Formats: sequence, C-alpha cells, structure tokens
Amino acid sequence: MQELLELFTYDFFQKAFLSAIFASISCGIIGTYIVSRRIVFISGGITHASFGGIGIAFFLGLNPLLGAIVFAVLSALGIQLFTHKAGIREDSSIAIWWSLGMALGIIFVFITPGYTPNLMSYLFGNILTVTNSELWMMFALNVVILTFFSLFYRKVLYIAFDEEFAKASGIPVALYNYLLIILIALTVVLNIRVVGIILILSLLTIPQATANLFTKDFKKLIILSTLFAFLGTISGLLISYFANIPSGATIIFTLVIVFGLLRIYKYFR
Amino acid sequence: MEPLIHIKDVTLAYDKEAILERVNLKIFQQDFIGVIGPNGGGKTTLLKAILGLLKPIQGELIFSDLIKKEKNPFGYLPQVRHIDKKFPITVFDVIRSGNLSKKRNGANKKVEKEKAEFLLEEMGISAIKNQAIGELSGGQMQRVFLCRALISDPKILILDEPDTFVDNRFEGELYEKLRVLNDKMGILLVSHDVGTISSYVKTIACVNKHLHYHLSNTITNEQLEAYNCPIQIISHGDVPHTVLKEHSH
Repeated sequence: MQELLELFTYDFFQKAFLSAIFASISCGIIGTYIVSRRIVFISGGITHASFGGIGIAFFLGLNPLLGAIVFAVLSALGIQLFTHKAGIREDSSIAIWWSLGMALGIIFVFITPGYTPNLMSYLFGNILTVTNSELWMMFALNVVILTFFSLFYRKVLYIAFDEEFAKASGIPVALYNYLLIILIALTVVLNIRVVGIILILSLLTIPQATANLFTKDFKKLIILSTLFAFLGTISGLLISYFANIPSGATIIFTLVIVFGLLRIYKYFR
Repeated sequence: MEPLIHIKDVTLAYDKEAILERVNLKIFQQDFIGVIGPNGGGKTTLLKAILGLLKPIQGELIFSDLIKKEKNPFGYLPQVRHIDKKFPITVFDVIRSGNLSKKRNGANKKVEKEKAEFLLEEMGISAIKNQAIGELSGGQMQRVFLCRALISDPKILILDEPDTFVDNRFEGELYEKLRVLNDKMGILLVSHDVGTISSYVKTIACVNKHLHYHLSNTITNEQLEAYNCPIQIISHGDVPHTVLKEHSH
C-alpha cells in the first residue's frame, strides 16, 4: 500500500494516471457511438491508416502524433468518399485505406535514417511515457467531445439509431456524420500513446461490451463504459508497473478479464 | 381544393435506373390511400420522394403552404426490418425522436415528454416505456414507431408496412386507430395485405414502375391486371376470384 501511494508522487505516474482518465472519457463516449452504430471496422481502418502519418512524420522529423492526426482524418474522409461517391463497397474501401496507411508507414519508417526509437510505443502504446504536450492534447479532445455530446446528444442519438428517419425530419445528417467521423479519428489518434495502434480498438469496444451487460440505454452505456474503461486502464497500469510487463497489452488483458468475469456473473445470476 | 402534395410527372431513380416513371398523384388532407404493388415495384421509393429523401430526376413535388410552414409535416413509420434491434435506446427516447422542434428549451421539452406519455398511454404501452427497443415484440415495436410518427402532430401520416411482424389482433386495432386518425390527417399506407386494408382505405394506388390511381377501395383481379400490378393474392373470405371485396354498384 505504501508503495502504491508513493507511486503517485512520481511525475510519470501522475501523467499516466491523468491519461488514463482522459482516455476513459473519450473512449467511453466515442466507443459507445461506434459500437451502437456498428462502425467498429471503420474505426479500425482509421486507426491503422494513421500509421502512415506516423511514418512520414518520422521521416520528416516532425511530431508523429500530428502526422497521425492528418492521416486519420484524411482516411476517415477518404473512406466516406470512396464509399459514397466512388461506389466502392464500404468494407473494401476501409480495407484499402487500412492497408495503404500501414504500407506507407512501413516504407517511411524503413527509409528514415537511423533508429526510430519510439516506434514500438506507437504500435503497442506506453502509458508510462506520455508527455506533457500529449496530455494537453488529450485534455483538449475531452473538452471538445464533452461539449459536442452535451450540445447535440439527442441529434447524435437519433441519427445513430435511424439515419433515414433523422434525415426525413430535417436534421443535416451528412454534416453530423462528418463531424463525428473526425471526432473518432482524433480520439483514436490521441489515445494511441495509451494502448497503441494495434490495441486501441479494444478500448473503444470492450468497456462498451461490459457495460452492455447491465444497460441498454445509450446515456447509461456511455457512463458505465467510461467507468469500466477507467477501471481497466488503472488496474492494467498498476499490474504492468509492478509486474514489469508492457502497459498497453496489460490494460487490454485486464479489460477482457473484467468483461469475462462479469459475463459469467450475469450468466449464473 | 388545393392538394397537400401534388406529385407531378415525377420520375425516380437510383443510379440512373428508373424505379418509378412519370408518376402523378394528388394527396389531400382527408385522403386514406392504400399503396399496393409487387416487391421492388417502387412503393417505398415513392414514400422516400415525398419525405424528401430522394430527389426526382424529372418532374416535381408541389407542397401546399400548409405543408411548407410545418417543420415536421410528415409522420413517418419506416419498415421495421431496417431497424437495428440491438441498438441501445429506450422506447421513450425512440418516441421523443419523432419530435424535433427547433428550439429545445425547457418548456418545449416538458410538452414533448407529456405528449410522449400521452401517446404511450393511448397505445396501451406505458408499461414498456423504459425498455430497450430490442426487447419488444413485433406488435409493441410497431406501436412505438406509430407513437414516434404521431408525436409531431403531422399533416400526413406515411406508413411503410406497419403490418409486418404483428399478430391479427394488433393489425385490426392498428387499422381502427388509423381510421380515427384520418379525421385529422391524410394517410398513406403501404401494405402487402391488400385484403385487410381494403375495408379501411378510401382509395388505392397501384405502384409498379408506374402508378395507377384507383378512386375506390374495391378492386378486382382484372383491374389489377389492367394496371399491370401483380400482387400476392391473399384471399379473405369466400370470394376466390376477387382480391378485394367486389364492387357494389
């Protein structure tokens, strides 16, 4: 216990703790939207496409997260464009952007001279090395998401539930869809440092699956998934620290265990 | 009298393939139109054009001032098979989603909630208010969607197969309800069950690439053939040769 309290006096741990809170809120809200709307696969495409931006940023010596943001937003819009304007099947256009981003990332990381030190932390995340500027960006994202969802909660819910009906009632559905896909892109990228490109989808889906065991109401789902996400990230963080194993993977593993236990509990109750 | 909607020489298409060609129809406040026709004949497409979800590639839809001044002039009940049954939303929220008044202040919200409560009561489904949409039976779900269509006090009620997934008892109740609602609003009802709706609707629109408007609620097989409108024949009663009840001139 003493050791646990002592942890909080460390600067790196305070930052990790804050990023866990920020990640839980943004992923709790955006993940609920993604899961309810069944666009997990789109989000996966955006996530992996962002690796292209990371690679190019490495090559040019820029901030990798900025490269990732540009690529994530571009691929989010690109997927929409391919699907709705070019007539390509949606799952195919997702796959195209998904693999194109990864391919570009690999090429640029390869031709970048020297060793690219943080590459692994972008792929698999490392919550213990989050920087101040990244923390500020996560904070800003949380403010944007919370504001957007409190102002437009009903419209977002109605569009997600029945897009055609919303359109017929005169809601500018396309505009909301674009804004939300951009928010998804930003959420994915800014949480990459917590669990990494490969694992971020889990933070957007497992807490929601767990919360869904207890409620089928959109708002309660948001609140509960945020709590489960926080529980998972914090326990994962502590376990990874004391057992000295990678934090991203530990967080995911913890989330799955929590889901599994509660699923069994629901089954026998 | 001026029609609420005047569909004038309208052609509708998806990807340039015409689904409906040169359709003409006038819809009035007191109308109760049964829309029938084969699958893929363009029934839903016609509804989408009225709702503004699909722009005609030819012709125009002329709306009366009564329609234009309303923000939500149409009450729409879409086909339930397109609804995601696992979506995390409660019955109460679904019903409220039918009302999208521009100003969302406290007073409007209160009125909206009261209206939703009133409709729940009227449909006899107050007990399921807080249930998730996926936990309902077919009949309950259709009632919920009817409430959603009605909460905005529409001028025209547009129903796309409200009789799917429901039992006979609910079907009868539903059509009785529509008959009462017809005093206040025009109704456009798409259905497969031509036999049952014929005793409730006032006129019939046969839709199969073209639209033939039949100014009576009785229609014979021969007439359907003449309209090029082959539909699944479900005979009700003991008159095997007529789809609907016979003309009684």
